[in-house]
Amino acid sequence: MSADKRQTMIEFRDIQKYYGDYHALRGINGTIRAGEFFSLLGPSGCGKTTLLRTIAGFEGIDSGAVLIDGKDMSSVPANMRPTNMVFQSYAIFPHMSVAENVAFGLRRDPRSKAEKAAAVEEALGMVGLKGYGGRAAHALSGGQRQRVALARALILKPKVLLLDEPLSALDKKMREHMQVELIKLQRQVGITFILVTHDQEEALVMSDRIAVMFEGQIAQLADPETLYRRPNSRKVADFIGTMNFIPCEILSENAGGYEVDIKGLGRVTLSADQVASDENSGTPAVGLRPEALTLLFPGQTSDERKVPGKIDEVIYFGDMTSYDVFIGGTDIEVRLSMRNVPGRPVMDVGTGVELSWSPSALVLFR
Amino acid sequence: MQTKSSEARTGWLLIAPPAVVTFLLLAAPLVTVLVYSVLTGSRGAVSLPVTGENYYNIFRTAGGNILEKLGDGSVWDMLKMRNWAGIADIFSSAPFLLVIGRAIFVAVMVTLVTVLLAYPIAYFVSFHVQSSKKSLWLFLITIPFWTSYIIRVALWRTILGYDGIVDSSLMGLGIMDTQLNVLQYGVTSIIITLSHAYAPFAVLPIFVSLEKVDRSLLEAGQDLGESKWRTFLRVTLPLSMPGVIAAVLIVFIPTAGDYVTPELIGAGKVPMVSNFVETQLLKSRNFAMGSALAATAMIVVALISVAFLLLNRRFIGGRK
Repeated sequence: MSADKRQTMIEFRDIQKYYGDYHALRGINGTIRAGEFFSLLGPSGCGKTTLLRTIAGFEGIDSGAVLIDGKDMSSVPANMRPTNMVFQSYAIFPHMSVAENVAFGLRRDPRSKAEKAAAVEEALGMVGLKGYGGRAAHALSGGQRQRVALARALILKPKVLLLDEPLSALDKKMREHMQVELIKLQRQVGITFILVTHDQEEALVMSDRIAVMFEGQIAQLADPETLYRRPNSRKVADFIGTMNFIPCEILSENAGGYEVDIKGLGRVTLSADQVASDENSGTPAVGLRPEALTLLFPGQTSDERKVPGKIDEVIYFGDMTSYDVFIGGTDIEVRLSMRNVPGRPVMDVGTGVELSWSPSALVLFR
Repeated sequence: MQTKSSEARTGWLLIAPPAVVTFLLLAAPLVTVLVYSVLTGSRGAVSLPVTGENYYNIFRTAGGNILEKLGDGSVWDMLKMRNWAGIADIFSSAPFLLVIGRAIFVAVMVTLVTVLLAYPIAYFVSFHVQSSKKSLWLFLITIPFWTSYIIRVALWRTILGYDGIVDSSLMGLGIMDTQLNVLQYGVTSIIITLSHAYAPFAVLPIFVSLEKVDRSLLEAGQDLGESKWRTFLRVTLPLSMPGVIAAVLIVFIPTAGDYVTPELIGAGKVPMVSNFVETQLLKSRNFAMGSALAATAMIVVALISVAFLLLNRRFIGGRK
């Protein structure tokens, strides 16, 4: 089943969708490759679920096209599309047993009854529910329902599996466990997975590539590392993880790169790949991730550039501590996190400290 | 903070008045009827000894007692041989069986017509009416209740009767050239009248059960490759069966015991079992016979209802 990852599985061509006056999808373009774990990430109301439902065929579009495996889907109804969905509510049929749920889509399958039963058992085994076939669907826990929903979709061997916020109803532990299981499952079956989520951490953990959506548009489509390290707009940077924005003044431009004067940090030269492509971010600022700043504990030195500061807030997480530190007086506050390795103290509020940082971790928003 | 036992006391206190009324107006008369049905009747009185004579009379036909015939298999043979004339003979010589049979037949037909008509209405209101307008639609469905049932029956007479609206329309349009006079077919007109009267009772429980169907289940059905119609058959219909079952019972049980409609529509010429009970109790003043007939009808209706419930038990309960 290993699919060629360079091959295009889904193509969006300038999709427009209205609900009455509300412009839900505003010109969606992009491609999803065969066999990849793809996420649609964005705040609620950004159109990510609507886009997923247009792939499944539950929502029509006003213009543009969705192509699955090269075929235009505009005249193909939901029940004829090579996609299957895991619903947010799981949509397990309450009047059927687990096995009947999983076998629901096999009605027209020409295989014999025994072969179908074996396929159901195999699908249940794949999601860790071997032997659960005879159970009543309504007697399952949330996590088990989700597994049934997965088995029910995967047994049909779709080209694309659509997952609509499948983990949002689970508790934190269960959610983290299922994230890993879903990744393993996706590698095992090789089917293209498309996940809708509002949880940026979940998207980063699980996906090969992510489309970040705001207000019916894809703001950035990239792999997790690029999204995190090189967000193309202030909005994306703000949505994914924590980002310190520090105002700066642009001094000069040189071959796409810039020389800037950052408030509190001083002058630096930024290369072209450190510049976010979006030119409408407002007042110029540089972005710096919390882990790109290091708090120098007493006795420590660093070859990187240094800046003095004063601790304003300390939040202790156990494995790490998050500090809010004023740099350059009380004008600019940055957040940074330090791992609590053995022997390293937790600093007190009000302590004067020194931070080290490297210009290569900066991103410029113009 | 109330203790558990004082809460229980409060509960009993609250249901005491309706419990007393129920006991006096339902349980006591029911017991009276059952006791009367096994006593010896004479005009205007009942007396000992205890006897099964009344029940025996209900099942007596020209060729012998129907229960004995069922026992020796001769009725089954008739059914197997499709000897409808023989069956008809049994009923024509057994007036009590005839009226019970007719009541059951009418009730079954009315239930079928009502539920088949009510389901699409309930489905439409539940699935195709905006949520804000659903109450209005349900309200509109109850409009027939604004008129007394007696008046509605009278109206059906003018619609179905000789030279009524049906006849004059059909003849005016040239479809028929004689008076159809549906009213003369007593059973048909009783079924039409009762179906109209009971439709709203069937719409409501079906509507409620359809409202409870999670809409994502329908998308899931289509997502798994089934057409809208197949999804309806495999998902929506089974999930709405509790409502259908409730509708069937709500319509079947009272229509089997209906008294007014045959009296007014059929001019008493095609009586159902309740009309016979009335004749026995108030005209012949044979309290024992009337009670036995009432009890028999009740038992038959109860048996059919229980059998229906057992046949559909997989749809009831079993899910949260």
